[in-house]
Amino acid sequence: MAIEVNGKTFETDEEGYLVNLAEWEPGIAEAMSKEDDLELTEEHWDIINFLREYYEEYQIAPAVRVLTKAVGKKLGKEKGNSKYLYALFPYGPGKQACRFAGLPKPTGCI
Amino acid sequence: MAKANFDVPELKEYVDVPELVEGTMAHLSPFIAKPDHNTPLGFPGELVDDWHDKALEKLDDLRSRYRSLQVYLDACVKCGACTDKCHYYLSTKDPKNMPVGRQDLLRKVYRRYNTFAGKYFPWLVGAKDLTRETLDEWYSYYHQCSQCRRCSVFCPYGIDTAEISMAAREILDSVGYGQKYCNEIIAKVHEKGNNLGLPGPAILDTLEGLEEDVEEETGIAVKYPLDVKGADILLVTPSADFFAEPHVDGLIGYGKVFHEAGVSWTMSTTASEAGNFGMFIGSYENMRKVAMRIRTAALELGVKRIVFGECGHAWRVAYSFLNTLAGPFDFLDPKYPVPQHICEFTYDLIQQGKLKFDKSANDDMTLTFHDSCNVARATRMGDKPGGQFDIPRAVIKAVCNNYVDMDHETIGEKTFCCGGGGGLLTDDLMEIRVKGALPRMTALQNAIKDEGVTHMAAICAICKSQFTKVLPYYGMDMDQIVSVHQLVSNAIILTGQKTDGEDADDDSDGDE
Repeated sequence: MAIEVNGKTFETDEEGYLVNLAEWEPGIAEAMSKEDDLELTEEHWDIINFLREYYEEYQIAPAVRVLTKAVGKKLGKEKGNSKYLYALFPYGPGKQACRFAGLPKPTGCI
Repeated sequence: MAKANFDVPELKEYVDVPELVEGTMAHLSPFIAKPDHNTPLGFPGELVDDWHDKALEKLDDLRSRYRSLQVYLDACVKCGACTDKCHYYLSTKDPKNMPVGRQDLLRKVYRRYNTFAGKYFPWLVGAKDLTRETLDEWYSYYHQCSQCRRCSVFCPYGIDTAEISMAAREILDSVGYGQKYCNEIIAKVHEKGNNLGLPGPAILDTLEGLEEDVEEETGIAVKYPLDVKGADILLVTPSADFFAEPHVDGLIGYGKVFHEAGVSWTMSTTASEAGNFGMFIGSYENMRKVAMRIRTAALELGVKRIVFGECGHAWRVAYSFLNTLAGPFDFLDPKYPVPQHICEFTYDLIQQGKLKFDKSANDDMTLTFHDSCNVARATRMGDKPGGQFDIPRAVIKAVCNNYVDMDHETIGEKTFCCGGGGGLLTDDLMEIRVKGALPRMTALQNAIKDEGVTHMAAICAICKSQFTKVLPYYGMDMDQIVSVHQLVSNAIILTGQKTDGEDADDDSDGDE
């Protein structure tokens, strides 16, 4: 599979995750969200950017609680919960948001 | 919730036994493992050219290694007792999802090549050649079995479809035709120490976050230690407990119990996973390698006891196989069970009156309990028969005022699988996961309607994740599934804890 952004083609795996993390650019998130019928707002970008920063430091997506806590600190406690994240990313913050952010899919008993 | 591109079954008062419809699930197969996933496990990278002969050789090898498999292949008399016992058959109508239908996919090949009648009169005994079509059928339908063993409870010969399904998956792996989900995860365990591939610093960061949260909530500095040499207890818990909800709320609970018990404990980076997917793919070698990490970590840290967190199949491997896989554990304190389940640990403290609870902290919920299949049908807790059913319920009742069981035909040893066990907890199998949850969802909905149940507790990471995903397909809320130790965590009063109403943490209070 592949995704096309501004005339460039990026390889994705069978679940639509970017194969080469280093190739990521914001246009990829835009293109992926369009495929999911989702329009990215500033709120979405806050999450995507946090995921990318966290991944850079720890080489893994953040745990849901780490993510909600960070969101709560930045955007207010009422937004620091998974309901808020699911409202933004209906397929799940871990999976959909990670895909937009170019991160590998978290796997396991989750 | 994601959109469903398949029909979600409608919830009725009962699950009717459906009429057979051939091939309704023939289209569903999980993603195939790639060389990167296969080679670290010792399997060929991709489907080998001589797969036909290799597969038959492997079947012979397995029959000679496991007497049980030989008996299961021979013993079936087609009595039909198992036919309506599988949640996947009940929800898909596909006869190959009947336990006997699933077994026969392997049995017909065994008969063709290994029995007198099958060699000379195959048409008389349902014996069939091993063709590419059969191989694909194995791949599809042996990944529509959650190895929950409900059918084996009803089989008069005790035929265990799970073992047949494990054998079939091992044959598939031996010819390079394995499943991506399981094999990718096992490769991560070998490399990083857990299913999620969490590196040590990420676990540490998560645990420090939990310490902050608990201290903020209770005013007590409860520790969530990692890699502490000389601790008495090693806690081995599914990595989902670090990562997902409601799992992490259970982990918070374990920590509070250990704190209140006054014991020294630790988790381990290298053994940061209780789950053992080696069992799902039937690979003794991988199961052993995964289990050995726990022994190595226990020795390196110098612990005296091993306690397992809430994880269903981990408890099966721990309770039933750990000693032969990774024993002897003669270096541990013989006064305690080796290993011990966290529910046993908490239950003992409750019996001794060492824990104080404010049960009203859970008054916003009416609970029921989902028996996880591997715990229910392959293990025990405590020293009495049925302890694996009684002890988790006793823990829940000690911390909650409102508890009711679901329909008795769907709990205890007859419990229905969540629909996502045995290596099926992956998005590419969502259709069978959602459909397979039907019997449990039906029983839960009845308990909601008739008994006012609001939440269901479980002690398995897979069950918790599966229900989080499938509840919304059936019109329920994802946060209606909770961890047992999340309930303990809500109610426990830590020594010296603030006792006012300033309960900062309300994220477990899912509304109905």
